[in-house]
Amino acid sequence: MSESSVEQAHVHAPPEGFIRKHVFSLDHKVIGKQYYALALVSVFTGMLLSWLMRIHMVWPTQQVPGLELLSKAGAPGGIITPEYYLSLLTMHGTLMVFFVLTNAPLAALGNYFLPIQIGAEDMAFPRFNMMSFWTTFLAWIVLMLAFFIPDGPPISGWTSYAPLSAVGKDAGPGMQYGASLWGLSIGIFCIASLLGSLNFIATTLDLRAKGMTLMRMPLCTWAWFITSCIGLLAFAVLLPACILLILDRHAGTSFFIPAGLVISDRLQPHSGGSPLLWQHLFWFFGHPEVYIAILPSMGIVSHILINSMRKPLLSAKVVIYSMMSIGFLSYMVWGHHMFVSGMNPMSALAFSFPTLTITIPATVLTLLWLGSLYGSNLQINSASLFALGFISMFVAGGVSGFFLAQPSIDIYLHATYFVVGHFHMVMGVASLFGVFAGTYFWFPKMTGRMMNETLGKLHFWITFVGAYCIFMPFHYLGLIGNVRRYQSFVDDFMAPYLGWHKFMTIAALITGGAQFIFLFNLIYSRFKGAPAPQNPWKATSLEWSIPSPPPWNNFGDKHPVVYHDPYQYGVKGPDGDFIMQDSPVQPLPASRD
Amino acid sequence: MGKVLAIVLVIIAIASAYPIVAHKFSLPEDISTHGHAIDDQLNDTMIEAGVSFVAAQIVLAFFVWSFTGRKAGSPLKNFPGGAKVPVIAAFVLVGTEVLALGVMGQKAWANVYFTSPKPDAIQIQAQAEQFAYYFRYPGPDGKFGAVHPDKIDEGNQNYFGLDPANEVEARDDIVSGELVIPVNREIQLLMHAKDVGHSFYVRELRIQQDFVPGLDLSIHFTATKIGKYEIVCTQLCGLGHYNMKAYLNVMSREDYDKWLKDQAGQ
Repeated sequence: MSESSVEQAHVHAPPEGFIRKHVFSLDHKVIGKQYYALALVSVFTGMLLSWLMRIHMVWPTQQVPGLELLSKAGAPGGIITPEYYLSLLTMHGTLMVFFVLTNAPLAALGNYFLPIQIGAEDMAFPRFNMMSFWTTFLAWIVLMLAFFIPDGPPISGWTSYAPLSAVGKDAGPGMQYGASLWGLSIGIFCIASLLGSLNFIATTLDLRAKGMTLMRMPLCTWAWFITSCIGLLAFAVLLPACILLILDRHAGTSFFIPAGLVISDRLQPHSGGSPLLWQHLFWFFGHPEVYIAILPSMGIVSHILINSMRKPLLSAKVVIYSMMSIGFLSYMVWGHHMFVSGMNPMSALAFSFPTLTITIPATVLTLLWLGSLYGSNLQINSASLFALGFISMFVAGGVSGFFLAQPSIDIYLHATYFVVGHFHMVMGVASLFGVFAGTYFWFPKMTGRMMNETLGKLHFWITFVGAYCIFMPFHYLGLIGNVRRYQSFVDDFMAPYLGWHKFMTIAALITGGAQFIFLFNLIYSRFKGAPAPQNPWKATSLEWSIPSPPPWNNFGDKHPVVYHDPYQYGVKGPDGDFIMQDSPVQPLPASRD
Repeated sequence: MGKVLAIVLVIIAIASAYPIVAHKFSLPEDISTHGHAIDDQLNDTMIEAGVSFVAAQIVLAFFVWSFTGRKAGSPLKNFPGGAKVPVIAAFVLVGTEVLALGVMGQKAWANVYFTSPKPDAIQIQAQAEQFAYYFRYPGPDGKFGAVHPDKIDEGNQNYFGLDPANEVEARDDIVSGELVIPVNREIQLLMHAKDVGHSFYVRELRIQQDFVPGLDLSIHFTATKIGKYEIVCTQLCGLGHYNMKAYLNVMSREDYDKWLKDQAGQ
């Protein structure tokens, strides 16, 4: 217990003036909303890019009105060129992985709710927090600039493999300045993330209220804490990798470029470097990164499910230890992205076993969620629908991992649509479902208004069915050997399968369209939503003990004292079948089999 | 609405499993000596993954159906055995199955990577470049000429940078845009990347290996069926990546010998 936190001095003064209140704010709640807004803009941009990719793939001569204004070279007359397809692909992946999946579940929702859930007035370092957001915003600007330079965005994919990404303009369109902007943007993003991780870790360890032991923290707080620990090591490796890449591109170094390469008829003036070094550095970050994307949603979904079931999970401790195991194991598997890369084939086996082993904590979590549903009193609303949908999606996307974890099978499935289906389902869709669930759940607390339930349910149904329609066929196409990152399929081999590509494109357009229902709901409800009570979901954690929206210092002049774990449901409480964490009421023994 | 979700989950599970169970998407025919082990491994994994997927969706559907819309005041129950059950089930079920697959799968990987090429394997050099493959045969003298990057001249079709004027071994080297091989004979492919990363992928051969600039790698395989098969690039290499392909042309021994003789005569 941290006694000192009870009498802590105010972390920062009350904000005054428009700029301090809404722009350069030190308040974690404003910063959380700023991250959310940036993620929202990024996800719609990324989605638009994916629409352009899919439209180009099945209707290659289709004119996209106005696109020639964005890129005369890339889309003359509005028709996307093969190289521009690769630019769109690179920006889609980069925006989605970094600016959506790292920002929304962790930086946005975590920033807003972690301090409140542990009973703190703000993060440990409010200035670092403000810097994290504005540095992330700067990274975003630098990345988006790539669209507006004459040569356009890079064509090397979000993975930016060397030497294609390292040699400069000889490698092709977008590889002179676009790729440098990419490296600079991601390097800046790393700095922002490191600051964010430090803040989350220090806050969690030092600013918990009286009675808030580590084991009494909500599961989403645990997820944000574990994720921040993972992020500290992962981004600390990507940052130097980006610096080395920029040096190879502009300072004549050869970290990633060997001797004797002839590109565009020019013998490249480099020697001594290793392309595999880039892959090792990148994936040492890249694999933990996918767990950074999914762990917060696991915590959020656990937290929301418990509330919806009116019953705790079979064991919160097991969830915490499983999340920790996943975090730990995530550092041992990066080579499974490199089975056929030319690295020592013995290492393939060494990487394969932890990859298979990480299935165990993931399965523990899944079976725990399922087992906890048994005997519950499950309430259905938009938030709980997305939480349940998360379980379905996580399993669907996760089982394809069984194949890819085995090097022998990966010989066949590597770089096919099977991989693309796998990571979109298990990371992209599942993680976003956690963010949707969190949004519907916490919107009343953040704004003091309820979101529209009918629109929320409509959003869920179209998204849930639509996501399956888009991404299941990716797996089937992978099985027949459909290669990824191709802008079109010009050969006889793929001709019988083009109908499936059309189906996926139409599903993507419809499912993407449904996200505008969510956007409309967010904006409309912010201004016209029904006023929300302080605790509309009859929930127990500390955020529900303060007004909606919370005052600038969260708990006013009171310092909360915590008496229970956050999952006192199915008990006799003063306001129903639950007891809040800061209520001194002791639970009567529950009547439960 | 919980009941609706349960029904939708079951429909999704069945609809997703159907194309697999009905063999609507099969791997192309296997024309290699090592591929059957990979295919067996994949089929075993498909059963395990498929059963896990369908079972999980159905259990989720069943619990959602049973425990939504309950009457107010219905008693809460805990799953019999509590948290012990998921933990033990995960370790036992998944742990043994998945690790068994991993242990069994080692053999299929070892067949490809831990065996040495036979002493009489035919050596062919493959060079990947933006955006084509070229294959070089040592010719009647059985020796490859040296490669000089500064002598590469695409316009004069000197893709490998050979120096036949000054080097005897280079004079009879055969360069082809097609990978021509005899059936049922082991081939050792010596892989070299000229510019950026590429990959060698022949679905029917169950072979995929990246070309890594700066690393000269080799793989070996034996094709068991005559025919023409696509070699496609699977490592993003620039704007022509989608169009980077060649053909593996598996011929009878007689046809291969004749082809070599014709090429040498040119």
